[in-house]
Amino acid sequence: MSLDKATVRTIANLARLEVRDDELDHLAGELSNIMTFVEQLAEVNTDGVQPMTSVAAMSLPRRADEVTDGNCRDKVLANAPEQQDGFFLVPKVVE
Amino acid sequence: MAYVIEGETGDWELVIGLEVHAQVTSKSKLFSGAATDFGAEPNTQVSLVDAAMPGMLPVINEKCVEQAVRTGLGLKAKINLTSVFARKNYFYADLPQGYQISQFEFPIVGEGEVILDMPDGSTRTVGIERLHLEQDAGKSLHDQHPSKSFIDLNRAGVSLMEIVSKPDMRSPEEAAAYVTKLRSILRYLGTCDGNMAEGSMRCDANVSVRKAGEPYRTRAEIKNVNSIRFLQQAIEYEARRQIDVYEDGGQVVQETRLWDSTKGETRSMRSKEQAHDYRYFPDPDLLPLVLEQAYVDEIKAGLPELPDEKKDRFIKDYGLSTYDAGVLVAEQANADFFEAVARGRDPKLACNWVMGDFAAAQNRLGRTIDDPVVSAADLGGLVDLIADNTISGRIAKEVFELMVDSGKAPAVIVEEKGLKQVTDTGAIEAAIDAVLAANPDKVADYKGGKDKLFGFFVGQVMKSTGGKANPALVNDILKAKLA
Amino acid sequence: MSKLVSLTMAEARKGLAAKDFTAVELVDAHIRQAEAARPLNAFVTETFEAARAQAAASDQRLAKGQAGAMEGLPIGMKDLFCTEGVRTTACSKILDNFVPPYESTVSANLKKAGAVVLGKTALDEFAMGSSNMTSAFGVVENPWKRASDPAARLVPGGSSGGSAAAVAARMVMGATGTDTGGSIRQPAAFCGITGIKPTYGRCSRWGVIAFASSLDQAGPMARTARDCAIMLGAMAGFDPKDSTSAPVPVPNFEAALTGDVRGLKVGIPREYRPEGLSAEIQALWDKGIALLQAAGATPVEISLPHTKYALPTYYIVAPAECSSNLARYDGLRYGRRVEGKSLDEMYAKSRAAGFGAEVRRRILIGTYVLSAGYYDAYYAKAQKVRRLIAEDFTKAFQTVDVILTPTAPSAAFGIGETDDNPVTMWLNDVFTIPTSLAGLPGLSLPGGLSADGLPLGLQLIGRPFDEETVLRVADVMEKAVGFDAVPALVEG
Ligand SMILES: [Mg+2]
Ligand SMILES: [Zn+2]
Repeated sequence: MSLDKATVRTIANLARLEVRDDELDHLAGELSNIMTFVEQLAEVNTDGVQPMTSVAAMSLPRRADEVTDGNCRDKVLANAPEQQDGFFLVPKVVE
Repeated sequence: MAYVIEGETGDWELVIGLEVHAQVTSKSKLFSGAATDFGAEPNTQVSLVDAAMPGMLPVINEKCVEQAVRTGLGLKAKINLTSVFARKNYFYADLPQGYQISQFEFPIVGEGEVILDMPDGSTRTVGIERLHLEQDAGKSLHDQHPSKSFIDLNRAGVSLMEIVSKPDMRSPEEAAAYVTKLRSILRYLGTCDGNMAEGSMRCDANVSVRKAGEPYRTRAEIKNVNSIRFLQQAIEYEARRQIDVYEDGGQVVQETRLWDSTKGETRSMRSKEQAHDYRYFPDPDLLPLVLEQAYVDEIKAGLPELPDEKKDRFIKDYGLSTYDAGVLVAEQANADFFEAVARGRDPKLACNWVMGDFAAAQNRLGRTIDDPVVSAADLGGLVDLIADNTISGRIAKEVFELMVDSGKAPAVIVEEKGLKQVTDTGAIEAAIDAVLAANPDKVADYKGGKDKLFGFFVGQVMKSTGGKANPALVNDILKAKLA
Repeated sequence: MSKLVSLTMAEARKGLAAKDFTAVELVDAHIRQAEAARPLNAFVTETFEAARAQAAASDQRLAKGQAGAMEGLPIGMKDLFCTEGVRTTACSKILDNFVPPYESTVSANLKKAGAVVLGKTALDEFAMGSSNMTSAFGVVENPWKRASDPAARLVPGGSSGGSAAAVAARMVMGATGTDTGGSIRQPAAFCGITGIKPTYGRCSRWGVIAFASSLDQAGPMARTARDCAIMLGAMAGFDPKDSTSAPVPVPNFEAALTGDVRGLKVGIPREYRPEGLSAEIQALWDKGIALLQAAGATPVEISLPHTKYALPTYYIVAPAECSSNLARYDGLRYGRRVEGKSLDEMYAKSRAAGFGAEVRRRILIGTYVLSAGYYDAYYAKAQKVRRLIAEDFTKAFQTVDVILTPTAPSAAFGIGETDDNPVTMWLNDVFTIPTSLAGLPGLSLPGGLSADGLPLGLQLIGRPFDEETVLRVADVMEKAVGFDAVPALVEG
């Protein structure tokens, strides 16, 4: 499986990773190499096999509906690169 | 009669499907212990989980699961005993994790239905495709700063039910009736407060048009509709727009559009929209949600009487009209108020009062049913006074207004103001004699065949008795005297 | 060098109880050793002052007879565990200034048991790597040297390389690791120490920076099986804050070390003898089999037929989860931000600047295999093969009690000696990844030295939640192997 540069651009954009044009060739080669490696799974017969999403042999535990958290704005904002009046700040999002 | 829009090329039919996001009534969030109250200071109802701090993990709120099951049962839907939480991956400022935890392939609730009560008294059934649980996003404020957006995560992680209808609606009115009915059911169930103004219920509409008998055409999704009135307007506008596109020889594109309520139009969001590829996959921090049938049965056993059942009962037990019953059951509190007034009394009379003078006064004074202008007990008392002939219907209207003004019980007002109906035949006879004596010419005319003058005599008698004479007795005695 | 740093935890515990020395003395001796071994770059952040204060508090508790299970014992904390008020970086530039206002469950458990944390140990960025060379804070050096080339600087393995190097160099008595595909076991093997990845769900993941949620598992790294048992007992336990945490009691792991493995059936998987396996590793494995046989256990040849597909399965599953888990590092709420004209530009620039090459590569692969049109061919397929791999083990454990394999296909390699094909680097984890995919406990212990004087590891794999058997067998093997070599740095 080989990935072309346009595909690398698309997935880099989906993943919000800036990729310079001069990196594209190298990345496309590397990723193609990896995809070729993982492609060998195609030869395994998985007819009728259920996908395994977790090895934990249990069902989802549930917690009681109680307010036990929050009310800790200082902690929430403690590492914020930019904040004001209790809000996080980001470059303006145009709608 | 089918709703059609006339176009240059003939009649067009509307196809509407709705996705409603309903905030689950719960104290804490879907996957964190932070509070869900509306209107708190920014970022005060945010846990480290909601802020997606490194290493933080979700744990599901059992109440939200129960509420989803409850809602599913209320929609007569299939409850899926195994459902799976998946991550919907995309980047946005108010989505801290970089993904929304939602349900994709395996929702907690499958197919169900909602019965619409149309204004003309008819009903229509709209299919429910699915209901799933998911996290709400935070809020971005764009007008606080010239170059920055402000992010508040108080809503981030609040539990939502996304309720997806089948494309079964054919008119803006049906869409409105659907949302109204759905909201009514959710409120009965106590699973969502249905407050659209506060955003606890939001609606996306999928709209397409077609010629009768055609398969579905391309649909557009209208986002961000936050009132039922806007929903109707948005659908009407969008349908017209699509018809114009087709009739101008164009093609409708599948896209997301935004409803602009100030301009009254829908607008394409295409320019801002990056190619979406949500890369759903089962959330590895969460295991499949497995429910026991006994758990579902227990919730089912605890369901309240829902609007459709209540409506049927009101028609059957109280003999109300379909219309009256429909109006009364829309809000559970209204239905309860009516039943409190009607219990042990004439239900038709109770209904007339609740839907008549009482509803008018509520409206006039901007009151809600939790804060009624008169209590159900007092309104019931008034109905009793009419029923046992203590006062006439006419006097009752007067007493009702005094009740609203003074808050006093009807019997007290009747006593204080001396409004008790006169049923003493002697007194009534005397009053009639006086009226007849004062109007000999009219008595002659009446006897000469002017039947209509009977009303005049009744009016004069009532006037002279201050309206307190029992109208039936006045009629009877007057008839006898004039015979 | 103080004799105190040569003690095992079990020995130090006795010494503290007997008042042969104080916790302050024990911790000070390790701090001096850590200072001497600083060139290894095992610590990202040192917390020596806090450690001294904690040691003093430990002495008070010891005096009052209120000692915890690890009272006064100096340890290292992998810099993937969030520690309240102490910078936690995952060895990524994107978190280089992140100070968590919270403490991970595992590190909190260890502190509650009295362990004294000397600092945060280095790792491959976000635990993605097998060499520690992907750390944003410089490579970590293995304290061991090749006999043939003592000047060469060797990798400690990864991703828990800082922890392994610190334990091997006697800077700490034990350290926490995390293992997603071999990140405890491979560095343990490279550094001549013992480390166990417990069953998935045994240790809480709450507060541990996530790499691949369905695989990540914390575990102890120490110098003996007994020390691992002591430390695992302190780390493990059900945590309601982690939905995948197993609601099972924590056994007394130390009590499982009976010294008796008679009658035990030891599985020897034939697929772990791939063509080209070095004669040295083969010989090490044979030696391990012979030792167990001599101790009364029975080797049984088994088959784990899907072994060869474990690596490609892992390199779909782990990047897929990682691409999503690392989406939160967007420069908005914490971590490095590079300003941009738009929000998307800020994201793309912050993430490109903050993540290193290996992390970026895995995010891209993960994004790709989950994207529309590829999900079924890659991600869903890998999930199915994962089940087949897990079922291989389930079947094997119907006939055997424990499985013995080599830990890694080679001894530690030199810093900069690898080619730049990422797949070659991934082959380091070929023996550890199947266990991770199946969620089983896996332990690496030193099996001996290579001809060039470097430690080689043997791996023991157990049934789910049967760390006790794994530790019991490891303890017996450890005594039989009699591994007493120490790295050059410690000798000197
Ligand atoms: Mg939707
Ligand atoms: Zn939704």
